[in-house]
Amino acid sequence: MPDLMTILYAAMWFLLFGGLFGAALAVCSKVFYVKTDPKIEEVRALLPGANCGGCGFSSCDACAEAIAGGKASVIACTVADDEAHEKIAAAMGQKAEKSVRRRAQVMCSGTCDLAQKKYLYDGAQDCVSAIRLAGGAKTCPYGCIGLGSCAAACKFQAIHVINGVAAIDYHACIGCGTCVRTCPKGIIELIPFDAKHWVGCKSRDKGSAVRSYCEVGCIGCKLCEKNCPSGAITVTDSVAHIDYEKCTGCGICEEKCPRKIIWSGESQKADGIIRGDEDLNPDHGKNAPVNNEKDA
Amino acid sequence: MDLANLLLIAFSAIIVENFIFSRFLGVCPFLGVSNNPSTAFGMGLAVTFVITISNLMTFGINELILKPYRLEFLQTIAFILVIAVLVQLLEMFLKRFVPVLYHALGIYLPLITTNCAVLGAALLAVESYTSVLEATVFGFASAIGFLVAILIFAGVRERLVFADPPKSFGGMPITLIAAGLCAMAFSGFSGIDLTKSIF
Repeated sequence: MPDLMTILYAAMWFLLFGGLFGAALAVCSKVFYVKTDPKIEEVRALLPGANCGGCGFSSCDACAEAIAGGKASVIACTVADDEAHEKIAAAMGQKAEKSVRRRAQVMCSGTCDLAQKKYLYDGAQDCVSAIRLAGGAKTCPYGCIGLGSCAAACKFQAIHVINGVAAIDYHACIGCGTCVRTCPKGIIELIPFDAKHWVGCKSRDKGSAVRSYCEVGCIGCKLCEKNCPSGAITVTDSVAHIDYEKCTGCGICEEKCPRKIIWSGESQKADGIIRGDEDLNPDHGKNAPVNNEKDA
Repeated sequence: MDLANLLLIAFSAIIVENFIFSRFLGVCPFLGVSNNPSTAFGMGLAVTFVITISNLMTFGINELILKPYRLEFLQTIAFILVIAVLVQLLEMFLKRFVPVLYHALGIYLPLITTNCAVLGAALLAVESYTSVLEATVFGFASAIGFLVAILIFAGVRERLVFADPPKSFGGMPITLIAAGLCAMAFSGFSGIDLTKSIF
């Protein structure tokens, strides 16, 4: 009965193959065994998995490894909220400190109609490429190029270029700082999420120069510095800077500024320049619609 | 089975009948891990290892066991078994010694098991060659062809990042078009008649 023999041979040989290969794999899995800390998996599961790099590590996996190994703080992740921080802390047997939520802010107000250009740029639509051509099209050497390298880098779709200047949707921004590292002009800063006021200019040029090319640039007149009751504003290199440790959000600087470049949530709406902020909603951007109608 | 014959097999497998650009086998990892040349190189080496060893083993199994016992109809199962074991082995090895590559390859590493280039190389070798040396050389050369293809394409994709295609062509569509253009370029080799030996 040749057919029966074929079945028998097939069964025999494949049983042998299976057994041999199984044994070989079993031996190899012992030889190549990698010890992993079970905490890494646990912490990794609690991280958001955005791989944004906001913590300073290359990926969430690397961050989890660092946290589990005690090389990073349990609140190292800027994307995770307090609840997640507490869970990570619990997994590590520590107590979580309160983290200050921060958001990115583009320190430039020079929209297409307000800031002059020195030439028409028609190259690759990317700030890093544009800056190689005499520092970008805007006359102001510190102004936003507005080609959206930050928007492309943002993993949370929180940045949209509106009228030639990048604008942050605060509801979607989680303060990872990827845009801060991406911006070739270095004009994006991380400020406290509930910061009421900020200076919408980074120009270190002298007042007269700023006036010549931008209608909203800081001229370093020091009116804000002199009028600030809590001494939170300093003007260095002809540009005002707010120290958020001291700022009380009184709004006097906003009133006094002759160039109207100290912004607050309210003044933006009045000026019709929407920067994504409406009520500084502290819901960590969870309920915010991504790509909302504001950029349409 | 002289050296010229082996060189002929290798040349044919690498250039004329390139697995990716001519036979269209193994396109999944070719598109999946060609984002970055160094990862692509790692993938190419992993596939080279698996195909070479699997061709050696599957040819042996076919000649020594399947043929004498008239079990050729079980070729697919036997070959896949060998390939799966090799991929598992490779996975363990990489996890232990090259964790960076292990993480970079991600899901595409275990997926080498179902990479049709690997099974394709084994089946083609069994079909067309008579000696184990030829089969192994064919497997190795095919894998080198895969490595060359994925490296070329990783270079192309690096450039593609800075391209500004129409929105509907962005991402995978333009990648597939670029792959098609590469395949067309390789089709230029298809006229070479290897039966009239050039060596």
